[in-house]
Amino acid sequence: MRLTGAEIAIQCLVEEGVPYVFGYPGGAVLHIYDALFNQDKLRHILVRHEQAALHAADAYARATGKPGVALVTSGPGVTNAITGIATAYMDSIPMVIISGQVPTPAIGLDTFQEVDTVGITRPCVKHNFLVKNVDDLASTMKKAFYVATSGRPGPVLVDIPKDISQHITEYSYPKTVSMRSYNPVIKGHSGQIKKAVQMLMEAKRPMIYVGGGAILGDATQLVTKLVRDLGYPCTNTLMGLGAYPATDPQFVGMLGMHGTYEANLAMQHCDVLLAVGARFDDRVIGNPQHFFVEGRRIIHIDIDPSSISKRVRVDVPIVGNIADVLNEMVKLVEESPVAVDQLALKQWWQQINTWRERQCLKYANSTEVIKPQYVIEKLYEVTQGDAIITSDVGQHQMWAAQYYKFDKPRRWLNSGGLGTMGFGLPAAMGAQLAFPDMTVACVTGEASIQMCIQELSTCKQYHLPVKVVNLNNRYLGMVRQWQEILHGNRYSESYMDALPDFVKLAESYGHVGMRIENPADVEGALKEAFALKDRVVFLDFLTDQTENVFPMVKAGAGLTEMLLGAEDL
Amino acid sequence: MRHILSLLLENESGALSRVAGLFSARGYNIEALSVAPTEDPTLSRMTIVTSGSDDVIEQITKQLNKLIDVVKVFDLNEGRYIERELMLVKVRAEGADREEIKRTADIFRGRVIDVTDRTYTIELTGPRDKLDAFLEAIDNSLILETVRTGASGIGRGEWILKV
Repeated sequence: MRLTGAEIAIQCLVEEGVPYVFGYPGGAVLHIYDALFNQDKLRHILVRHEQAALHAADAYARATGKPGVALVTSGPGVTNAITGIATAYMDSIPMVIISGQVPTPAIGLDTFQEVDTVGITRPCVKHNFLVKNVDDLASTMKKAFYVATSGRPGPVLVDIPKDISQHITEYSYPKTVSMRSYNPVIKGHSGQIKKAVQMLMEAKRPMIYVGGGAILGDATQLVTKLVRDLGYPCTNTLMGLGAYPATDPQFVGMLGMHGTYEANLAMQHCDVLLAVGARFDDRVIGNPQHFFVEGRRIIHIDIDPSSISKRVRVDVPIVGNIADVLNEMVKLVEESPVAVDQLALKQWWQQINTWRERQCLKYANSTEVIKPQYVIEKLYEVTQGDAIITSDVGQHQMWAAQYYKFDKPRRWLNSGGLGTMGFGLPAAMGAQLAFPDMTVACVTGEASIQMCIQELSTCKQYHLPVKVVNLNNRYLGMVRQWQEILHGNRYSESYMDALPDFVKLAESYGHVGMRIENPADVEGALKEAFALKDRVVFLDFLTDQTENVFPMVKAGAGLTEMLLGAEDL
Repeated sequence: MRHILSLLLENESGALSRVAGLFSARGYNIEALSVAPTEDPTLSRMTIVTSGSDDVIEQITKQLNKLIDVVKVFDLNEGRYIERELMLVKVRAEGADREEIKRTADIFRGRVIDVTDRTYTIELTGPRDKLDAFLEAIDNSLILETVRTGASGIGRGEWILKV
């Protein structure tokens, strides 16, 4: 079959079973868009800004586990996409990005809409390719999907110059791919796994700490089984929420900068810590020197060797596919000749329960002003805890993470690593396309939402009835919080003046807008909004301007040096 | 501590910048870097001289291994190895200095490879220390120009770095 490069690019996506490509056309990709026009297997979603194409494709991947695909043009198309690519990279999301490039003879001549795409994306992709010969295109696409989805997943970019998309060659999609320079480790070392299980069984104060890797590796059922079989406490990171059910009594809440008192203390005071697909990052364990405890032993399962002993030295590293490793661990626990020390475990749980009694997430509700935490609690109730929740970045993100109890994986989509404001709305679109029958809500703030608000138009075009829950406190809330706590109440540039009328704005895009100012109206508004199944509803909640996220560990402080409320300030 | 890392990587455009970019992005030191294709033209061999604590060196090798174009990474310091570097030095060689420089070059087994009435260009090969010692041995004010390749390293004995 002889095809043009453009047709090959599209055909490869079809072969990979890609249902949606999120993109925006432009000069360098006109041939590819022409090839899209002439087929009906692949659906293109036209966003309003390339950043949104990346976030939507990224969220599609987060929600489904399948790679997300985006298509952008050269130059500004690529530079607009960078934030989205970096977002996916930091959270290890499998994606393939196709970018147009100026024709090969024009590369390097400062041609119109030229940018060194391979160079500019290099630090924020797992890998990238510049296709210089149409004969290499199909095999490059195959490699791109293989690299993006295997090992530690990540975004892979394929840069296709315009002339290559026009050249014709014989097409066949390779069935297999082998790369001598890329062989991700799959199977964990069984000796290490045995050692880990032995250590776990002998623990007096065990703790299991589960990150996004468990979700990316589809290992959450095994996580749940292992935790339940052992009867040990479990915490999830921001990226790991839903890996272990939040409503389970063994769940001690999220850990980290805004984690629960009990989770953070248990992390610090345990004697054996099992880390599953988590990377001990700065927002999770705080200061590594403070986190270090003499005698505490750490087991770390991760698919990426470079995640191990990066910030924290571990005693038993296990590099491998998390599901395979946990499978082996579950079996070894069942067969273990040593039983868990139930007495010690009981005492440990008593200790944890005294920490729990602090009720660190308790907040003072009000009948005067809407508390943001209350909105999330009601959102949880109204959606019966069964929605896909996307979020932007800031206070609202933390409240959503703290108060929406995620029982299932792939229901909480947020930019944990890069912390990208603007992620929430396009992410909701990607999730809604992946699961048209599910309830999808974007928890956001009046600042974040404005970073990709143009996507309300995309929602209209493709009938994506997402619900926007805007916690509008007229501040860059998290910035204001840090300024209050760390910068002597000097609120430098953190007030969002001249906000739009979000109700009218939503209406102008053809959606339903609601403004809620009274706590008594919160539940009713949410019920009304979520009953409008086929409409986008923008809920603008005017919330308490002074509310802060607690607990809080200041940047650089120790994990247990928590501020639990205004009284600690 | 100073380490010499040997890499085999795909001989593709951009592979070098991936390695160099990794070092700058993660704040690792590069003291020297040399690269050229091997007997197999699809592969390049790179030698990187870097320094850092054991933890840092461990991260560097892990991060290098993570690069898709990198086929193999080996820290030569894990075994016995040989290190060589080539240096070309142009020196002012006039009057009494002329004979003195020639003698010093001979002591260091350097060769004079280009001559003018007023200069010598000397070629010298050896481990870094030897090249440094040569530069210290001649009057600093006479040195006009130096070019060094950075170290190339190879393991001793039968051990080989192959795909």
